[in-house]
Amino acid sequence: MKQINLESKILGSNELLARKNRHLFEQLGILVLNLMSSPGAGKTTLLERTIEKLNGRLKLGVIEGDLYTDQDARRIEQKGVQVIQINTEGTCHLDAAMIGQAFADLQEYGQLDLLFIENVGNLVCPAEFDLGEDYKVVVLSTAEGNDKPLKYPLIFYQSRAVVLNKIDLLPYTDFSLERFLQDLENINPTAQTFMLSGRTGQGLAEWTGWLLEEVNRKKQGTAREP
Amino acid sequence: MHEVTLMSGILDTLRENARQNGITRISRIKLIVGKFSMALPSSLRFAFAALAQEGLFQEAWLDIEERELHCLCQDCQREFGPQSSYCFVCPDCNGQHIKILAGREMLIDFYEGD
Repeated sequence: MKQINLESKILGSNELLARKNRHLFEQLGILVLNLMSSPGAGKTTLLERTIEKLNGRLKLGVIEGDLYTDQDARRIEQKGVQVIQINTEGTCHLDAAMIGQAFADLQEYGQLDLLFIENVGNLVCPAEFDLGEDYKVVVLSTAEGNDKPLKYPLIFYQSRAVVLNKIDLLPYTDFSLERFLQDLENINPTAQTFMLSGRTGQGLAEWTGWLLEEVNRKKQGTAREP
Repeated sequence: MHEVTLMSGILDTLRENARQNGITRISRIKLIVGKFSMALPSSLRFAFAALAQEGLFQEAWLDIEERELHCLCQDCQREFGPQSSYCFVCPDCNGQHIKILAGREMLIDFYEGD
């Protein structure tokens, strides 16, 4: 009988590929955001509105993760930005290998300023898979209830920014903004919080303002490198 | 159910390592899974039963050690364990620079075999 000590990370091979992606994004000076939410929180609509505001000012690209369809990619394509569809065919999350491949398929990827990765709608599994992004961003909608940070703490813990979407529906729900902000403050006290409505456009300017700042920060960071 | 993906990665690692070490029967596999990870031990066991079909794993016992969340406040150096709900603010000084010392692990610790 032999005992063989491995102490090997279960996600070690994904981490390796994520580091490779991150290094490439760093070299090219592209800000990469990994957008995560439950199904129906409004990720694609938020992307459509964001593209309308920023297209022309920034060179944008989108990688769309979806179980089976290309509906979201078509919606993004109509807005006039480059988009690559990944169909995971049942897999509940994107991984670093899928992103490396999809990124290489984007035309003119070297010219991008900002790349959005729209993850598969799921608050559990995507949280464990590093894609090489700069920031994870979690989108929650008021209709889902204020208890989500407590129920899915890891995804909220890891996110640099939290978008509370469908804020226009707030008066028609039992969503407690106070409880939500308190729970979020405990789990992730340094997260940037945006409250907006993808449908009405309310609060969108703060979000796009933050994106512009972060794109600049990334470019300056890259410029300082040898 | 990303536990199926995780388990299939674990089995690939074990197959490759067993081949390199001339091991044909694994008797025990020890994993360490933090409680602040999104991998459920029961789902890992289910995936193991479904995926580990060949002779190498026929007699293998899957042992999963769960680790509690344990944090360090980098402002006042106090260490603290899990609280009633997840809270990454120091219970002593309200510091926000919290480092997770344990609870995020997902490791293959070791395996035994002949």
